[in-house]
Amino acid sequence: MTTRAFLITGARLADGRTTDIRIEAGRVTELGAGLDARGAETIDASGLIALPGLVDLHTHLREPGYEQSETVLTGTRAAAAGGFTTVFAMANTSPVADTAGVVEQELALGEAAGYARVQPIGAVTVGLQGERLAELGAMARSRAAVRVFSDDGFCVSDSRLMRRALEYVKTVDGVIAQHAQDPALTVGAQMNEGTVSAELGLTGWPAVAEESIIARDVLLAEHVGARLHVCHLSTAGSVEVLRWAKARGAQVTAEVTPHHLLLTEELVRGYDPRYKVNPPLRRQEDVDALRLAVADGTIDIVATDHAPHPVEAKECEWPAAANGMVGLESALSVVQATLVDPGHVGWSDVARILSEAPARIGRITGQGEPIAVGSTAEITLYDPSPVRPFGTDRLRGQAVNSPFIGTELPGRVVWTFHDGYPTLADGELREPDDIAAELVRA
Amino acid sequence: MRHLLSTRSLDRDAAVRLLDIAEDMADTQTREVRKLPTLRGKTVVNLFFEDSTRTRMSFEAAAKRLSADVINFSAKGSSVSKGESLKDTAQTLQAIGADAVVIRHSASGAPQTLADSGWIQAGVLNAGDGTHEHPTQALLDAFTMRRRRHGAASRGRDLDGFRVTIVGDVLHSRVARSNVWLLSTLGAEVTLVGPPTLMPLGTAAWPATIGYDLDAAVDAGPDALMMLRIQAERMNDAYFPNAREYSRLWGLDDRRLSRLPGRSIVMHPGPMNRGLEISARAADDPRSSVLEQVANGVSVRMAALYLLLSGAGEDPTS
Repeated sequence: MTTRAFLITGARLADGRTTDIRIEAGRVTELGAGLDARGAETIDASGLIALPGLVDLHTHLREPGYEQSETVLTGTRAAAAGGFTTVFAMANTSPVADTAGVVEQELALGEAAGYARVQPIGAVTVGLQGERLAELGAMARSRAAVRVFSDDGFCVSDSRLMRRALEYVKTVDGVIAQHAQDPALTVGAQMNEGTVSAELGLTGWPAVAEESIIARDVLLAEHVGARLHVCHLSTAGSVEVLRWAKARGAQVTAEVTPHHLLLTEELVRGYDPRYKVNPPLRRQEDVDALRLAVADGTIDIVATDHAPHPVEAKECEWPAAANGMVGLESALSVVQATLVDPGHVGWSDVARILSEAPARIGRITGQGEPIAVGSTAEITLYDPSPVRPFGTDRLRGQAVNSPFIGTELPGRVVWTFHDGYPTLADGELREPDDIAAELVRA
Repeated sequence: MRHLLSTRSLDRDAAVRLLDIAEDMADTQTREVRKLPTLRGKTVVNLFFEDSTRTRMSFEAAAKRLSADVINFSAKGSSVSKGESLKDTAQTLQAIGADAVVIRHSASGAPQTLADSGWIQAGVLNAGDGTHEHPTQALLDAFTMRRRRHGAASRGRDLDGFRVTIVGDVLHSRVARSNVWLLSTLGAEVTLVGPPTLMPLGTAAWPATIGYDLDAAVDAGPDALMMLRIQAERMNDAYFPNAREYSRLWGLDDRRLSRLPGRSIVMHPGPMNRGLEISARAADDPRSSVLEQVANGVSVRMAALYLLLSGAGEDPTS
């Protein structure tokens, strides 16, 4: 929290109202037209949309262990550049985030960097091995107050273990975020199984390997009365299963990534590993179904699955390449291009799917609150108008494995306020020293 | 031709032209001195990340008969086995001065990656990538079919109306994929036969008919019956129960051989598993073109290297 005061003038809120926003001591203190600037730095936000700071429920920060790919500092800088004020950090670090010690370290690294809140996700099983439950209770009771548990990258495929995990986290109102992938059906899988894989001779990753796990998991969640969150849903069939489960009243939520809302398997034809991701890019029919599922609320949130990799992990033959794409810096633009501009959702829905709902699913407070007097000053100011080429200059993390390089995307994040101070100011990411000064000032 | 990565990207005229040049090359192989000066001073690297003595020998023979210098690079026991990347290997070959790289790789798409990378300027010739394509194998198969059908009058002809049945593990076969595209481009009618477990999903748009019944396919009297090699390890992965059952249902045994018309060609890309996908009698039958395929492979690869490495227009065989 900072002692600085800001007056944001003429911003358009997600609900369409135009207002000035006064921020002081980390809170929104006044809303309304023609507010007095007294003692505040003024920011002209005419033409900009003010969203509650974005919350990403699915980020890979790579630290500790894979600092050649990303660190908490570089990853949260990417987050700030993309308008995010909170990132949920996935557990597949080294050591794995499966103990209170590691999640507290992750939390502390985030606090020290100061670009965004880093909310650790705990591993479901020890070492992501899918054999024994990790110390979920200890992680929940730690300073990191973990509520989301995931073996992401691996599926908790053992039905009994999944059942136990779902039951166990009820004690802390936690949720299991499942990477739905039947391992036996995806041995050596390289891309979506279908027309393109048949032609390219790449081992297929069938839709059923995702859909069957989701079907099992929603039934388990319903059976034991626990909360399930489905990570990066990628197929039209998964949408159908989810819709059915929600109609039955299961406590299930789901996310889709920006890249699954925009890109299809056709991109794999050139064997460019930038398009290698897990779950894989699917068919146009799947993309269409996913967009509609966000529009009708079947899919609750958009989460990036930001997965940075060093250059050498992608500069190789397709099967040798790592899965994953960076996505924090491009997420809001892709959401605009795939959901807002085609008319599937409005900006209030964007606030919901990129901020309010992920914060609720992750059970954190002070984030994902509608901008109102008294709410925390977590604010993203976004200019939806310019359409321009997306280049590596837009990437602010350590990695450049973005599938959007060279495409045209709308919009630009102009300001990001976290805890009352800007992390991104007039399109420029602030320097670590300046952020450190904000932390001291508090 | 800058690269030869797949047959899918070949149109009819380019394919026929390559086959015609292969005819010219084949003619020179009956001369007393079989070596041509065509590619003198050019360096061809056989970059084999996967063992394949037969294919490497064929390319080596082709390059040497065109007077190219040949460097054989086998990944086994090289820096690659110590973790060197494709990029570093490629840049090394660039520094050495390779004019063409003949690449065999277990990864589908590796030749394409090499060709698109900018790591190396050489022309790239795909000698088999994963389960994707093996274009020169399909070209030599088409060449063999065309010669059997049209003999000395082959030049300029395609395979219009020729009926080819390919049998076996299509899912894992780069030979089958390359043949499907090339043969259909040349006007042939292609049928694929094998167990459903070894057929790729998503072939609805392929220019081929898919069936599971080899007996029906044999009784339809195809002009060519191509038996694919079946890898023994497939039965450990539940693709079929065991070798006996595979052989019974999808092997070219003596009984099926006897029902095959006299004009049919029995083909196999080699190496054969005698007694599994093809009986010894079928392999050695006069209808079998297995050794012709090997011989034609050299001519076709000479043609491919010629097209990759020399300026078009001049007579390749003078």
